[in-house]
Amino acid sequence: MPATTVDRPLRVVLAEDSVLLRDGLVALLTRFGHEVVAAVGDADALLAAATEHRPDIVVTDVRMPPGFQDEGLHAAVRLREERAGLSVLVLSQYVQRAYAAELLDSGDGTGVGYLLKDRVGQVEEFVDALREVAAGGTVVDPEVVRQLLRRRRDPLTRLTPREREVLALIAEGRSNGAIARTLVVSEAAVGKHIGSILTKLDLPPADDVHRRVLAVLAYLRA
Amino acid sequence: MSVWRALAGRGYLRSAWPWRAVAYLAGGALLGAVVLVVVLGGLVVGGALAVVLLGLPLLVLTALAGIPVAAVERWRLRVTGMGPALGGGHRVPDAPGLWAWLVTRVREAATWRELAYAVLLGLVLWPLDALVLFCALGIPLSMVAAPVFLALDGEAKAVKLWTVGTWPGALGVAVLGLALLATGAYALGVVAGARAELVRAVLGAKEDDGERVLHLVRSRARLVDAFEAERRRIERDLHDGAQQRLVALTMSLGLARLDVPPGPLADQLAKAHTEAGQALADLRELIHGIHPKVLTDYGLEAAVADAADRSPVPVDLDLHLPERLPQPVESAAYFVVGEALANVARHSGANRAAVSGGYGDGRLTLHIRDDGRGGTGLTGLADRVSVLDGTLSLSSPPGGPTLLRVEIPCRPRPSTDPCA
Repeated sequence: MPATTVDRPLRVVLAEDSVLLRDGLVALLTRFGHEVVAAVGDADALLAAATEHRPDIVVTDVRMPPGFQDEGLHAAVRLREERAGLSVLVLSQYVQRAYAAELLDSGDGTGVGYLLKDRVGQVEEFVDALREVAAGGTVVDPEVVRQLLRRRRDPLTRLTPREREVLALIAEGRSNGAIARTLVVSEAAVGKHIGSILTKLDLPPADDVHRRVLAVLAYLRA
Repeated sequence: MSVWRALAGRGYLRSAWPWRAVAYLAGGALLGAVVLVVVLGGLVVGGALAVVLLGLPLLVLTALAGIPVAAVERWRLRVTGMGPALGGGHRVPDAPGLWAWLVTRVREAATWRELAYAVLLGLVLWPLDALVLFCALGIPLSMVAAPVFLALDGEAKAVKLWTVGTWPGALGVAVLGLALLATGAYALGVVAGARAELVRAVLGAKEDDGERVLHLVRSRARLVDAFEAERRRIERDLHDGAQQRLVALTMSLGLARLDVPPGPLADQLAKAHTEAGQALADLRELIHGIHPKVLTDYGLEAAVADAADRSPVPVDLDLHLPERLPQPVESAAYFVVGEALANVARHSGANRAAVSGGYGDGRLTLHIRDDGRGGTGLTGLADRVSVLDGTLSLSSPPGGPTLLRVEIPCRPRPSTDPCA
């Protein structure tokens, strides 16, 4: 989604309790020219740092001290309630639909990302996702989308295999261009597939990519 | 080595065993005499004072006197080489504190069996011990000493019955005494052995079946709890350790790839990067299998939904649980659903499965249905459910469909305590 992706350096507040990963993430984000204004190790510190620094985006781990349950996720949801429009990217060790649901239901569902921690290894894609979320996009881990698609739902069976592939990529938050690149087809072909998918699933046609992602995710989660 | 083996073997008379028999019986006589005074005294005084209530605690104490007596008796068995016997079936009190201990002891059969033994010891056994000692040791010894008495007193009385006045007579009595001493040594061994057998029979480990079953049921539940706690610990350790390091490793490799010009090194780096990513994915699945985090954080309903999502066979889900259930119940139920769905995928050849259920009437009910021809390996599931007093039934006619039905009695968790 080149049109909406911000290329300016982002101001990031990072919350991750493992020192090893925290340092690694700081190095990674710095390497791509972003500024980590605060790097903290628990949810309370995250709330304080996000309030103090008013960053472009918050990146947080789900599981953090003191309870090691889902403190990071709850802190992220709370921050979004307190400050409308704050972008949040949550990193989780596991795919949990429940985590993704809680996050997508916070605010209007834009400017959120839910990714497996594994994805930080794909450094460029990770940084792309970060920019996407900071620009108000919605990014959902492919693993979550795969699980959503696996749930039995009759209209989905009417999609061709290619259309299912495209649907998965839409749900992950990819732009038409990105989908075209991934599937090695033209953007026009992607556009045609998308039109067909929206018709078959009885979803309203949407030119706005953000709204289309949300509509597809809402459909899959229903 | 016990006194019985010693009696049967050679060299008994030269061994320490006759002396051990003497020590055992003498100890028994001494203990019995003390018990007579304490227990009977306690009963008499306590009974007399019971009228004015003062005696009641004394009576209770007396009733419990069998416990230390039995403990000493079990311990003393080692003198005969036949002990110590295992505890006499006392249970561990359910709660700490003196009152719980008292209630447990008063209610169990072992306490009263031990009191009965103490009374038997005080009234019958210890006089017998003393009598046997006197006959088998005292009399022969006094006969052996006849020449000494003759030298000192000018006459010797053998067994206080016949008087011996001459040296040949005294020496004859002494020889006879030695022979009797040898015989008596064997008699002492036999009596000590028999006496020890009696102690073992009455006071040895002997739980009645009911207590034993209760014991087993509780220990099994504890075992499952411990097992569950261990799984959570392993999950946490893997999460905090290996998983974080692997993520950091893939990140480092990813960053390194940015700086390397295309070439063989870049290819090798890319390969290492992919491998590390695969190891991470494998580890994630492994950890999820050990203990799914969603179960801890969101409870059974979400965890079952998650398991249904992961199942290769499409699953219709209709499970509604308004409240969190106790952690062992959630774990067992999740385990059953997970195993059942895995079974459906592996063996049944089913095209679709359905999980339904809910909470009502103080029990969690789950139905797992599939249209396949049935599967195997449900014994583990039944065991897991029965630990919680639950039931598991299976209906699987030839050709399907298969219905697995699980019921576990439980109460919802108090909402104030999310980790109960």
